[in-house]
Amino acid sequence: MAIAEPKSNDKPIVLDDAIIEGAEKLSEEDIARVINDMIKTEGGARFKAYLNTCMSCGYCSEACHFYLSNDKEPRFAPAAKVKQTLGEFTKKKGRVSRETLMQACEIAFTECNLCRRCMMYCPFGIDIAFLMLFVRRVCHKLGVVPRYIQDTAHSHSATMNQMWVQEDEWIDTLQWQEDEAKDEFPDLRIPIEKEGADVYYSVIGPEPKFRAQLIYQAAVLMHVAKIDWTMTSSPGWDNSDMCMYTGDLEMTARLKKVHFESALRLRNKRIVMGECGHAFRSVYDVGNRFLGWKMPPIEVVHAVAFYDELLRENRIKIAQKFDRPVTFHDPCNIVRGQGLHEKARNVIRQTCETFIEMEPNREHNFCCSAGGGVINCGPPYKNKRVESNRVKADQLIAAREKGAEILIAPCHNCHGGLEDIIHHYKIDIEIKFLIDILFDCMEK
Amino acid sequence: MYDIYALARGPFAWGAFIIFFGGIIYRLVTTVMEARKKDHVVFDYFSPYYAMRSMLHWIVPFGSTSMRRQPVLTIVTFAFHICLIGVPLFLFAHVILVKESFDISWWTLSGMAAQVMSLIVILSCVYFFIRRLVQPDVRYLSATTDYLMILLVAAPFITGFWAARAWAGFEVATLLHMLSGELLLALIPFTKLSHMFFFPLTRAYAGSEFGAVRHAKDW
Repeated sequence: MAIAEPKSNDKPIVLDDAIIEGAEKLSEEDIARVINDMIKTEGGARFKAYLNTCMSCGYCSEACHFYLSNDKEPRFAPAAKVKQTLGEFTKKKGRVSRETLMQACEIAFTECNLCRRCMMYCPFGIDIAFLMLFVRRVCHKLGVVPRYIQDTAHSHSATMNQMWVQEDEWIDTLQWQEDEAKDEFPDLRIPIEKEGADVYYSVIGPEPKFRAQLIYQAAVLMHVAKIDWTMTSSPGWDNSDMCMYTGDLEMTARLKKVHFESALRLRNKRIVMGECGHAFRSVYDVGNRFLGWKMPPIEVVHAVAFYDELLRENRIKIAQKFDRPVTFHDPCNIVRGQGLHEKARNVIRQTCETFIEMEPNREHNFCCSAGGGVINCGPPYKNKRVESNRVKADQLIAAREKGAEILIAPCHNCHGGLEDIIHHYKIDIEIKFLIDILFDCMEK
Repeated sequence: MYDIYALARGPFAWGAFIIFFGGIIYRLVTTVMEARKKDHVVFDYFSPYYAMRSMLHWIVPFGSTSMRRQPVLTIVTFAFHICLIGVPLFLFAHVILVKESFDISWWTLSGMAAQVMSLIVILSCVYFFIRRLVQPDVRYLSATTDYLMILLVAAPFITGFWAARAWAGFEVATLLHMLSGELLLALIPFTKLSHMFFFPLTRAYAGSEFGAVRHAKDW
């Protein structure tokens, strides 16, 4: 793997061998054909309106953590990312060099988290994330995609889950967690394939792979709250979706279809999903649209909204509040994605004694820089990802100075990104999921 | 010179207005038609309430966090746009021309107010031009056309101010004013200046998505 430290910030340096290998197979004619086809078929009114009305005023620059963390290096401004990618594509009528294509790939995949913060800072509401996804889709069609995230996409295609988890491993994991929990709660069950259950609970691939205790905790929560729930043993249990981020929307559609249909087959009333941001985006915002559903065909509830509901309906009670001071990271995909920030705060206020707000917060919170598939592009990009989020570190340090000892982040990607930031910037703060807190505090 | 003046006063003016209005209609109709085919989400998720909510926040000065973060730019931008639209519409000399041709007229600005407002437009253009040259991110984003556009917008105001002050050569200035104004009008629908009528569309869409689907603010 060609891992080299970038010497200058003028241009992205291609760090991923799969991008280089992919591009080497292409002629300029291939590149031009795919770009022009994409613009012709998928470059609709939004695409044109966005490109043609951007006044390059620079209002968006201040929104981007890449720009702010890289000493306001101009090429990291959101509009500059468009200029370097689609700007080049359209100016040269698709006839760009392999070099330009590789750089566009780097920018779209590793220098933008698709967090949509800049959309809130643009007077016209130009959706840069939409444009960067367009670039990613061009890259996908050309076979120029960073290796690690493409491997994840392959896992989705082959197994319908993100982590190459085999069917027996999945069922074993559920039974293992049920066995573990039975020591504490003898009559606890993790009901599998239960028809007609009120709640269909789905998680992301990394939960059975690395964080099985989250399934344990969720099972205890369901048990205590007396929820009629189930999980599926069939493909569809994984609600995550990296194909959405590689630009492979056809695969996204397959994944979401399997997910929805497994719940519909069991005639479950609604889907409750674990603490993941991108998975929520894929189910609530992207996958359903590609499949032709205006809204998901079955109600989808994110874990944060579910906990809030359980507390409001008194289905769980708090035995003792969490006594260490906490702060909260607003994950982009559930805050700018579904406005769950107040619900999250309600859960925190009911479970924690001391809550310290990070600044800025809610819709204006900075991304963890792991989202949008950037962390899934793997080790070659770790340094760039962490160094390009100094503003997040500053936010965390400020919260730490106000006394916060625990950082709550209800999203898997955020956990990964924030852990790297905490480690790199040596911030003495501990990260937890919201369910960790709830599990600690509730009457069991 | 009077031949050119007659041209500018007659056929060119007609041409400019026809291209301006025709161009706007053409761009809007083709955009909506294309959206119907390829961006159906724009209609599916459209919400008048959230579209208006978003637009209100963005047409009120300092109505958004973004604007508050860049106060100088925001003040200049609002002053610029108000004067840019206000002066040509309510200038006494313009209204007289319309009255002579069509016998309709409306309220007009005082001469002094119009001159001050024109000056605001010109100084704003100077600010925008210098900002483009000096601020690194904006300089990086700017293409030659971005600079030309500022000149294009400033030209009718510089020449108009010149003519109004009746400085030396004001006859030529008047002619240049008419020609540059007509050029500007004709180019609006086909350049980035089309944000004049695309702004409500993109803003309304962003507002609808953020408000109705994502239950979040977009300002």
